Amino acid sequence: MNAEKLTIENEVHTTHTCFHCGDECLDEIIMQDDHEFCCDGCSVVYDLLKENDLCRYYSIDGAQGISPDKTYFKGKYDYLDLPEISEKMLEFTDGRLARVNWLIPKIHCSSCIWLLEQLYRINPAVRSSVVNFPEKKVRITFEAGQIKLSELAELLTRFGYEPYVSLNDVEGKQIRKWNRTRLYKIGIAGFAFGNIMMLSFPEYFNLGRSSSDENLRTMFAILNFALSLPVFFYCASDFFKSAWSALRGKYLNIDAPIALALLCVFLTSIYQIVSETGPGYFDSLAGAVFFMLIGRYFQDKTYAGISFDRDYKSYFPVAVSVIKNSVESRIPITDLGPPDRIIVRNEELIPADSVLLSSRAMIDYSFVSGESEPVERKIGDTIYAGGKQTGPSIELEVLRKVSQSYLTQLWNHDTFSKEKEDQSQTLAARINKYFSVIVLIIAAITFLVWFIILKNPETAFRAFTTCLLVACPCALVLSSTFTNGNLLGLFGKHRFYPKNADTIERLAHIDTVVFDKTGTITQANEADVEFIGKELSIQEQVMIKTIAMQSSHPLSRMIVKKLTGISASRRSLGHYVEAGGAGIKALWGQKKVRLGSASWVGASAQENAQIDASHVYISIESVICGYFTIKSKYRPELAETISSLQNSGYQTYLLSGDKPTDKALLAPIFGQDYNLFFEQKPEEKLLFIENLQNKLGRNVLMVGDGLNDAGALRQSDVGIAVSDDINNFSPSCDAIVEGSQLALLPAYMKLAKSGQRIIKVSFGISLFYNIAGLTFAVSGNLSPVIAAILMPVSSITIVAFTTLASNLAAQKWIKH
Amino acid sequence: MTAFYVMIIASLLIAFGFLGAFMWSVKRGHYDDDYTPAIRILLDENETLTPKTSDQKRDPKTL
Repeated sequence: MNAEKLTIENEVHTTHTCFHCGDECLDEIIMQDDHEFCCDGCSVVYDLLKENDLCRYYSIDGAQGISPDKTYFKGKYDYLDLPEISEKMLEFTDGRLARVNWLIPKIHCSSCIWLLEQLYRINPAVRSSVVNFPEKKVRITFEAGQIKLSELAELLTRFGYEPYVSLNDVEGKQIRKWNRTRLYKIGIAGFAFGNIMMLSFPEYFNLGRSSSDENLRTMFAILNFALSLPVFFYCASDFFKSAWSALRGKYLNIDAPIALALLCVFLTSIYQIVSETGPGYFDSLAGAVFFMLIGRYFQDKTYAGISFDRDYKSYFPVAVSVIKNSVESRIPITDLGPPDRIIVRNEELIPADSVLLSSRAMIDYSFVSGESEPVERKIGDTIYAGGKQTGPSIELEVLRKVSQSYLTQLWNHDTFSKEKEDQSQTLAARINKYFSVIVLIIAAITFLVWFIILKNPETAFRAFTTCLLVACPCALVLSSTFTNGNLLGLFGKHRFYPKNADTIERLAHIDTVVFDKTGTITQANEADVEFIGKELSIQEQVMIKTIAMQSSHPLSRMIVKKLTGISASRRSLGHYVEAGGAGIKALWGQKKVRLGSASWVGASAQENAQIDASHVYISIESVICGYFTIKSKYRPELAETISSLQNSGYQTYLLSGDKPTDKALLAPIFGQDYNLFFEQKPEEKLLFIENLQNKLGRNVLMVGDGLNDAGALRQSDVGIAVSDDINNFSPSCDAIVEGSQLALLPAYMKLAKSGQRIIKVSFGISLFYNIAGLTFAVSGNLSPVIAAILMPVSSITIVAFTTLASNLAAQKWIKH
Repeated sequence: MTAFYVMIIASLLIAFGFLGAFMWSVKRGHYDDDYTPAIRILLDENETLTPKTSDQKRDPKTL
C-alpha cells in the first residue's frame, strides 16, 4: 500500500507530454523509441510516420500531431465508392486520373501542410496533393484505377486528417467558388486608368495646342476612347446591372446614380472628342471605376474557411449503416426510408425519425433541443432525428424519410425563405438618396440658368453634365466599402466573423439581445465538480475513476475529468450495470461500488433543496462516502458582459431549451427573472423573437449555438453563432464568434456603431471635395485636369481617413 | 513625328502584354490562394529519400 502511494506521488510531480500531439499524458504513458505518447492513437500515427520516413514532421512545428478519429471503423467511407456519390465528389476525372478537393478541418499548422503534400510518398497511387490553407482544403490528384476514394479517405484518417464530407457536397452544392471575374475587372480598369492618364498628360499642361500636333491630339483622343470602352462596358457592368434591377423593382439603390453619372461622363466625353471641343473625361471615368471596384473587392473578401450557410444537411452524416438480411452495408442518407433498419454507433447521429429496436438508448439532444442531459429511451420508443447516441450501438427502424423528420420541418418555416439583407437600407444608400436629389436639383437649376438667363446653350450642357460627374457618389461608396472592409478585418483579428458588411451595419441598429443557454453561455465540456463527504483515499479515487470511465454519461465524464491526477486501473470490473437515470454499479474485487442518484445509493434525499446542481452519490459496500456536485460551468465573464450590455441600454433575454435548474443563479445576472424562459422548443424561440420584432418593434440580436437555435438565428435581425471550435458545425447565421471572445460582445457592438459614425464623417469630408468640384462645374469650368486631380485625391483621402479612424475606434473599444 | 506614333503603339502593346500575363495568371488560379505558397517555400524539399517505387514518385510541384 505504501509503495503504491509512493510511486503515484512521484508520477504526479513530473509532467509528461506526448511527443506526437503535445498534450499532457494524463491517463497512461506509452513508451516507444525513447519517446512518450499520451494514447494509442498518437503512437500509431508516429509509427506510420516513421515507417514512411516522414519524421521530419516533428521538426517543422513541434508536436502538432493529431490523434486519429476515434469514431472511425472499417467501412466508414465505403459509401464514397458508390457511383452516384463519387461522381459528385470528384472535381475531375478522365478515367485514368481523378482529382478531389476535400475539406480537412483538422489542418491547423505548417506541419499539416507539409505532411499532406507528402502523400505521394506514402501511397504511390497519389500523384500529387496541394493544400489550400485558408480554406483548409487539400486537392488530391490520384490514379483512379489504383486507389479508391474510400481508401484515400481511410489513408487520410489514419494520420488524423479525416475529410469532412457533408450532404451539401454530395448534392453538388459548392460553397461559393471564389470570384475571379472581379480580379479581371480590376486589372483591366487599372490598366486603362493608368494608360489614359498617361496619354492625357499633355492636356493637363496645355501642351500640344499648335496645329502641327493636331494629328497627335486626335490619335491620343482615339486611344483614350478605345481604352475606355472595356472599362465602360465590361468593368462597370456590375453597376449598370444592379442599377437596372433596382429600377425594375421600383426603388433606387446606390448604384443608380453611379450608373447615371458614368453614362453622362461617357457620352459627354464622346461628344467632346467628336466635336473637337475638348479631350473628354475618360481618365476620371476609368479612375472612378477602378477605385470603386477595389473598394468592393476589399469589402467582399471574407473568410474562406468558414461557412455561414450550414443548414441541417451539413449537420447530418452522408451515409448510414443499414442492415438487410443480417448484412450491414452503408447507403447514402437520402436513400433511407421506412422500413429500413439502421445501426447507430456511439457518438453518431440519428439521421431520421425512427423506432428503437434495441433494449435501451441514451440520446443526447443538446445540439437539437438544448437539453443538457441525455434522455433514456426504451425499446419501442420513437426517437427523433438529430440526437446523438451515447453508449453502445443501437438498432432502429426508420419511420420517415430524412427530409420529413420533425427536425427538418423547422426549415419549412417561411423565415428561411425571406432575404434578410436589404440593400436599400444601408447607410450609404440612405445618405445617397438625399445627396443625389440635391445634386440633381443643383444641376437642373444650373442648366436652366445658363440656358435661359445667360443664353449660352453649350456651356449649359457642359455645366449640367459635369455637375453629374461630380455628383457621382463614388466617394460615398468608397467611404462605406473601405470602412466596412477594414472593420471585417479588425473583427476577424479578434475572432468575431461577420458574414458581410451588411451584417455590421445591422449590428449597429440592435437594441435587444437574446441569449441561448446550453453551449452559448455555458461551457459545454466543462463543469464545476466538488466532492462533499469523507476524505477519499487514493485507492478509492482509482476505483471511482475506473468505474466512471466505463460510462459515457456526461456526469461520469465530468467526474473522470475531475480526477485527472489519478491513473485509472486496467483491472476488469465484474457485474458492471448502468441503469439510465439512476446510476452505475460494479464489483471491484469483492467490493460492491455504486455511483448515482441518492435513491440508487440508498441515501436519504435531504439535500434536494439545492436544485442548481446534479448530485452523484458514491457508496462502497453500502457505506455512503459522500457525493459529487456537478454544476454547469458558465463562461467566466458572463455577468460582466450582461451588465455591460444593460448599461449601454440593451434589453436582455434568455431563451433555453433546458430545464430551469439554474434559474436562481441566472436571475441576478439578468436583473430579474421574467426575462428568463426555459424549456423552449425551437419553434417557440423563433416565435418569441418574431413577437419582439413585430409587436414591440425591436431590433433583435440572437446569440445561439445549436440547431435548436437555427430558426431564432434566422428570424432575428442579426444571428450570431457561438463556436468553441470554428471547424465544427455551426448553424446558418450572420456571424460566428469564438466562445472565449463572447465577452467582447458589447465592444463589438460599440465598434459597429462607430463604423456608422465614421462613414458619416468620411462622407462629410468628401462633401468638401464635392462642393469644390461643384463650384467649378456650375461655372462651366470643370476641365478634365481638375476632375482628374479631384478624383484620386478625394479617393485617397477617404481611404486613408476611414482606415485610420476604424483602427483607432477598434483600439478604443476592444481593450484586452 | 512618326517616331511618336511608333513609340506609343509599341508601349501600348507591351502594356497589353503585361495585362495579358495578369489575366492568364488569374485564370490559372495563382490568385486563388495567396497564403499557402508563402508557407510552402519555407518547407524544405527532401533530398535524401528512400524511394518506394522510384519510377512512380513524382515531384508534386511540376504537375
